[in-house]
This record gives sequence, structure tokens and C-alpha cells, in this order.
Amino acid sequence: MSASVNERVELAHNAVGRAVPTMVNGKPQIPFLGAGKYQPRARKAAPAICSNKDYPDSGDKRVADLETALRKCGLRDGMVISNHHHLRDGDKVALMALEAAARIGVKDLMWFPSASFPSQKSAIELMEKGVIHHIEGSMNGPLGDYCTQGKMRGMGVLRSHGGRYQAIQDGEVHVDVAVIAAPTADFFGNADGSHGKSACGSLGFALADSTYADRVIVVTDNLVPFPCVPWQIQGNNVDFVVEVESIGDPAKIVSGTTQITRSPDRLRIAELVAQFLRAAGIMKNGFSFQAGAGGIALAFVEYLKQMMKQDGVKARFVRGGSTKFLVELLQEGLTDYILDGQTFDLDGVKSMANDPRHVATSPFTSYNYHGKGNFASLVDAVVLGATEVDVNFNANVVTHSDGRLLHGIGGWQNCLFAGCTILALPAFRDRIPVIVDEVTTMTGPGEMIDVVVTERGIAINPRRADLLDAVKGSKLPVRPIQDIKAEVEKICGKPARPKLGDRPCAVVKWVDGTVLDTVWQVS
Amino acid sequence: MSSAVETTSPRSAEAGHWGTEVRSDVHVAFEARDSGGVEISLESRVAPYYGSAILEQTREVLGELGVKHARVAIHDEGALPFVIAARIEAAARRAGIALGKRSLPEQHPLPPPSHKDRLRRSRLYLPGSEPKYYINASLHAPDGVILDLEDSVHRGEKDAARILVRNTLRTVDFGSCERMVRINQLPLGLEDLAEVVGESPDLILIPKVEEPEQVREVDRMIAEIKERNGIIRSIWIMPILESALGIENAFAVAAASENVAALTIGLEDYTADLGVVKTTEGRESQYARSRVVNAARAAGVQAIDSVFSDVADMDGLRRWGEASRAAGFEGMGCIHPGQIRVIHEAFQPTAIEIEKARKVVAAFEEAQNKGLAVVSLGSKMIDPPVVQRALKLVERAKAMGVIS
Repeated sequence: MSASVNERVELAHNAVGRAVPTMVNGKPQIPFLGAGKYQPRARKAAPAICSNKDYPDSGDKRVADLETALRKCGLRDGMVISNHHHLRDGDKVALMALEAAARIGVKDLMWFPSASFPSQKSAIELMEKGVIHHIEGSMNGPLGDYCTQGKMRGMGVLRSHGGRYQAIQDGEVHVDVAVIAAPTADFFGNADGSHGKSACGSLGFALADSTYADRVIVVTDNLVPFPCVPWQIQGNNVDFVVEVESIGDPAKIVSGTTQITRSPDRLRIAELVAQFLRAAGIMKNGFSFQAGAGGIALAFVEYLKQMMKQDGVKARFVRGGSTKFLVELLQEGLTDYILDGQTFDLDGVKSMANDPRHVATSPFTSYNYHGKGNFASLVDAVVLGATEVDVNFNANVVTHSDGRLLHGIGGWQNCLFAGCTILALPAFRDRIPVIVDEVTTMTGPGEMIDVVVTERGIAINPRRADLLDAVKGSKLPVRPIQDIKAEVEKICGKPARPKLGDRPCAVVKWVDGTVLDTVWQVS
Repeated sequence: MSSAVETTSPRSAEAGHWGTEVRSDVHVAFEARDSGGVEISLESRVAPYYGSAILEQTREVLGELGVKHARVAIHDEGALPFVIAARIEAAARRAGIALGKRSLPEQHPLPPPSHKDRLRRSRLYLPGSEPKYYINASLHAPDGVILDLEDSVHRGEKDAARILVRNTLRTVDFGSCERMVRINQLPLGLEDLAEVVGESPDLILIPKVEEPEQVREVDRMIAEIKERNGIIRSIWIMPILESALGIENAFAVAAASENVAALTIGLEDYTADLGVVKTTEGRESQYARSRVVNAARAAGVQAIDSVFSDVADMDGLRRWGEASRAAGFEGMGCIHPGQIRVIHEAFQPTAIEIEKARKVVAAFEEAQNKGLAVVSLGSKMIDPPVVQRALKLVERAKAMGVIS
């Protein structure tokens, strides 16, 4: 049985001075040793060997419903059940699976989603009823509050997309039953995300589970005759296929259109980021970049696109989260490829389905740190957000300054390995300064964050003397981070530091599985 | 309204805004009392960080307003201190107390005074009831910002807006932007002046001017307040002509005071007065606009164009701006920061113009050095007005950062 937060937790200080639990949910932990300092010495995990004799020669693995499938998988108390967030806030399959587990009568499950969404808040009731013991995966909104109020029986574990792959691959988390939502599948279990009424793009988040879990269930609302082509999930890893009426709400799976910010201040930030890439010489023929689907990131892509056209520059590849703005780059010949981790809007989904240059990737290829390299470090520049950044460039992306869980880590930590990591942030939100003395929760160490761009100026990490040199003489408003901080505090006043509790309720893992920081219970 | 006889009954009022859509503002419900001291309740989305600072500030402001007994309910949406102070003061005044008293926030050092003939390519309108736009306005680098008390402020909000604008002039750093205020039509505009002139705005825009006497009335009141407050720096005036009669009196208005620095036109009201449709080409207002340019030049002040109201149409804005410059205007208004850059580019002299002007200036300097009265360029003699125009163009291009 795993440890409860009510028990005494031993803490150790890690390489960045953060107090972190030495034991989480009954498993011993390694405190963060510094980026690139931890050397794993073990073999990867592996599922049991299976035999074709246990599977139908017809290839037809369909069963009547999810409950039947879970029973046949031998789901029982204390097991780990996993889901994925490629259907985002529109997903219906995760709750379907958890409720089926509740009907079977199992207790104390560890729910292991690649991310959770506000629409899954009824997982709280399942925790109250004892069906779910605790969640290891991003939590925000009501689930985040439940966790930071200390109500969850186990400790939350927050991992990046790459860290989740690493945890499964390294055997830190053993998935007993993986339930994969599939916009298209055949009866053998081959599955894909780019077609069907619930099309969502890549299914990459489910890849690790499909290869390492003991049992794999594919749930689809678009069953096609064998073969399902293309297949991103291989049926050879799948135990059962369940057909349902609907796996998700299409309106919430992808946005019809993703919107560029209209705030003049945020547009200014986006433009400064693009100008920085140009001035620093990063925007050059054959370069690559990654930007998310937030309002500032989308606007950044538009500004950069204009500059690329003006300067006659073409990218070799761009990394998605894809949106219509990246698709336009591809169609206008401004990039050779989109390497896509998840697909945010209809244009992205359509492009991935029809354009061979728009390639689905997975956390294995892009983000996993315990591999023979990954794509993230090949990217020249990445533009990310954060809730806070401190004067040493450490950044927080998971908690609000009052300690409440706000976001998952997503691919954020993994992206810090890019050639130039840029945080694009408003200098303050609702009077609350973004640049602080010390971040509430360390999600990314400052040694890996190179530039902070706000509407009030651009701060370059002093460790990056090369970048400081590169933009010397440009008209960009480059300033020390302390200057921007002081200016904002003059406007807003210095904020009081909210008091956090002394009971850990979740931990933040670094990409190598070591513990980077603790999320404390909010009083 | 309460009167002196009613002092025993509670007098309640409110000011400001709150709600999920509201940002950077605060709502204050104020109830004056006769005893019991000050009782404050606070709800704020920034309470963990600024809750005690807001409570402390509220007590301070009430103290400065001489309020000893009151219940004050504050619903804060992340307002900055100068906004909080303004809303409390407005609510207290509406409750009929603290009349004649002010709570002035700590003053940000005043920028250098503005010159009569400074660059005025763009002036960004900031609604007088929307504090969220103020703090970052200068980052978008317009030549000026206009804190507007007229059309963008609801009739019932004029009193609160002028207190907010006063505090804004006092505390917000607008960088190198000229700090302008558009007051209301007279006589209401005189009440605006009484509240804001003490904070040394650089320029006052007077709407719907038709007679030179209106300018002189404003000028006199500004002079009085300046003297009372010991202000010596200039406060310029920009009359806005918005009617057929105003256009007819353009020169007299522009020449009404030494302090008029620029003359502008408001096309919405002007076209309405004419009973014609306002178009993006602006043929219907060609006469009026030419008249404004001519009157302004005759009076030795700048001619400034109206606003271009379609914020999505950047090509239309560019065409309008370029035509406007060609017609003799030196700038125009903008209603969105996104318009600023396009306007600046439109009002920028072309490379060919600059090149030509520089040659003339070089020839002029050479003639000066040689002590010659006649300036010549190659085989051509240059007339003095051409020299003057070239000197001004080069100086402007430098101010715009086009040349160094």
C-alpha cells in the first residue's frame, strides 16, 4: 500500500536547494542532482511475453463493452490504469474506463493519465468513493485544488510528457491496464488519430503505454475493416477492442480555429520574440523552432513568418503542437516538415491526415531523456510560457504564486533542451508580477532558460554571453532581469508571499525521474 | 443627494467596476456613518499578495479624505494603487462627503515639458474609465496619449473618470509620450480642467469648438489654475472642429491663443452635421480637412487629422495616412495601438524627400559659411521658403529616428 500524505514524510534538499520527499507513494526517490548529473544504471522495463495462441487467429479482439474488457484484463484493487489526453477536454474515454472500474468494484487504483482536464472533475467523486487512490499526472482546476488541499490519499506526481515516457520505460511506473481512445481502429487493435468523427491528430501520448503495459484496450467510435491505415498504435500490442457510440466531444477535441491574441501588449511580446530570433541570427536558412498554441505563441509564428519572407529564410522543420499557423508555413514552403506532437485545430488534423510532410511524433522520439538522444535538443529555438520566473531564470509552470496547481508540465521541461529557450510572458498579470525573487515551484532550472521576453523588455540569462553578444547593437530593449522586476514592482507594489503549508501533496519530477520540487498543501 | 439636514441618515454610493470581464479596476461601495469608525471589507483576486496593502491603502485614503466613520466594501479585480485611490475618492464624494478634499497618490516625476512644435504623428485614445489600458500605453510608443473624458466616458461616470485621469497623470509613467487630456464640451469641460490641470498635462483637447471664445475661456481657466498651483510649464491646447460652423471659424479658433499648438478635426460629428456618410476615402470631408490645414498653417500651428476607425483595415489606414500627410497634416489620432506603427510610417518623409532636403540643407550651410545671401544648388537658386521646409523636414526625420 502506498504512503498517505498524512504520514510523516522525510525530506531531503536537492541540487537546487529544494526540500523534496525521499519517498513518494511508497517508492524511494532520488532528489534532483543537477541537469545531466543522474546516471541511470539498469535495464528498461518490459511487459510479459505473450503468445499468439492466446489471441484469436481471426484477429478479432472485440469485446462487448469496456467493463467486459477490464474484467478480462484482470483489473483489481491497487492497480495502475492509464489514459491519454489526445482528445483533450473533449475526452469521454477516461471517465468511461474509471466508471466501469467502479462498477466492477475495484478500489485504490492509481490513475495515470498523460494529462487531466477540467471535464474530468468527477474523478474527485471516484477518489472520495475510494475507487481511485491517487493521480500521477497533470492536475488543474478542481482536480488541482483537490490535490493541493491535501485531500488525495496518495501524493500527486507531475511529469513532463518525456518524463512520463521515461517513467514507464524505466519501470518507475508499471501500467497494468492502458485504455487508449482511438478516433479510428480495426478489430485487431491497429489505431490512428487522423481520421474519424473524433479525429484528433497524433496518438503519440499512448505509445509508451501500448508497448509497456501488461494489458492494452483500444476504445473507438470509428471501427474500420482491417487494416486501419495508417496505424500509429500497433494492434500487436493490443489485447481488446471496444466499440462505443462516441469517444469524445468533437467541439472540445480540437478548436475550430485557434485564435491569435488581440491584446496589444501580448502582440508586442510576440513581436519582440520574433525580432530577437532574427537579431540573434537564429532565424536563418535550415533552422527549426517550436512554439505552442497559446495566444502569444501563435502571434509569434505570424510575426516570424513575415520576417522569414522578408529575409528569404526557410526552416527545415517546425515542431508542433500544430495549428493552422504552422500548416500555413508548410503550405507556403516556409518549412520542409512539421514534426507534430499534438494537433490543436482542424487545419492541423486535416494537414496531418493528408500531407506526408506533416509527421506524427511521440514523446519517445521527441522528449524521452533516457534514450539515445531526442528531437528536443535539435530544435534551435523554443518559445514557452510560465506562471513565474525568478531572477536566476528558474521558472514555474505548474503552480500559481499562491501554491495552487494550475497547469501540467506538458512538454515544457523537455523543450528546455532546445538551442535557445525563450519564455514569453506578460510582466504582470492582474497586478501580480511574473518575475519574482524565488519561484513557488521549480519546474525548470534557470541554467536551461536563456531568454525572458516581456512587454517591458528582454532579459538574457547572463550564462548566455553568446546571445548577449549576438544582439549587441540591435534596437531590442535588452535589460537585466532585475531591472524589469524592479520596474514592475514599482508599478504593482511588492507582493506579499503567500504562506504555503508544510505538507507535501505532490512532487515535480525532472526529465530523468529525479525529484525537482515539491508542491505543498495550500492552507 | 443628501443635504446638511440629513446628516443622521446613512449616505451610500459606489464607484468603479467589478466582474469576471473586468480587469485592473475595483468597485467601491461606500456608506458614510456618524459613528463606529471605519469598517472595511475586501474581496480581491490578488488578496494573497496585496490584501493587506489594499486595506492599508484604503485606511490612508479615507484618512486623507477626512472620513472618520464609514463602511467601505471593496471588490478588487487587480487594480493598481492609483486606481484604488481614485475609486474610493469618487465613491466618497458621491456619498456627499469629503467634498473639496483630495487623496493624491505619490507623484511620479514629471517628464520634461513638451514643445509647441513637437512631433505629433499619433495620439492614442485611452478611455477615461478604463484603467487597464494606461499602464502599458507608452510601450507602444505613440507620440502622445489622450486620456479621454468625453465620448468614451458615460455621462454618469464623468465625475469618477476625472478623478481617475487626475491620478493617472500624477502616477503613470508615459515615457516620452505627450500627456494629453480631452475634456468635455464646455461648460462641463471646465469641471474637468479644475480636476486635472493641477497635474500638469501637456496638452488639452477641447471638443466641438465653434468659436474662438471657447478656446479663450479654456485658456483663461488653465492660466488661473496654473498660477494657483505654481505651474510654469506650458499646457498646450488643441481645439477639435466637429461642425460646419467650427470649420468656417477654423482660422479664428486656431489663432485664439498663443497656447494653441495644433488644430484638428472630428469627422464623425462633422459628417453627421453635414448629413453625409463618412467613407474610408473621405471625399465628403475633403473641403473641411483642407480648410483645417490652411487655417492651422495661417495661424502657425500644426494641422492634425481625425482618426481612422476601422482597426482591422491596415491598408486603408496606410492610404488614409499617406493622403493625409500629402494634404499637409502632421499626424492623426489612433484608437488602437496596432495603428501606431502604420501611422508613423505613413507620416514619415520618403527617402527621396529626405535626400533632396539634405542637399538643400547642405547648400544652405555652405552659403552660410561663405557668407552668401543666396543659396544655390548646382545651377539652381533655392528660395528661402524651400530652405525653411528642407530644414524642418530634416529636423523632423531626425526626431522620427529615420536619419541620425
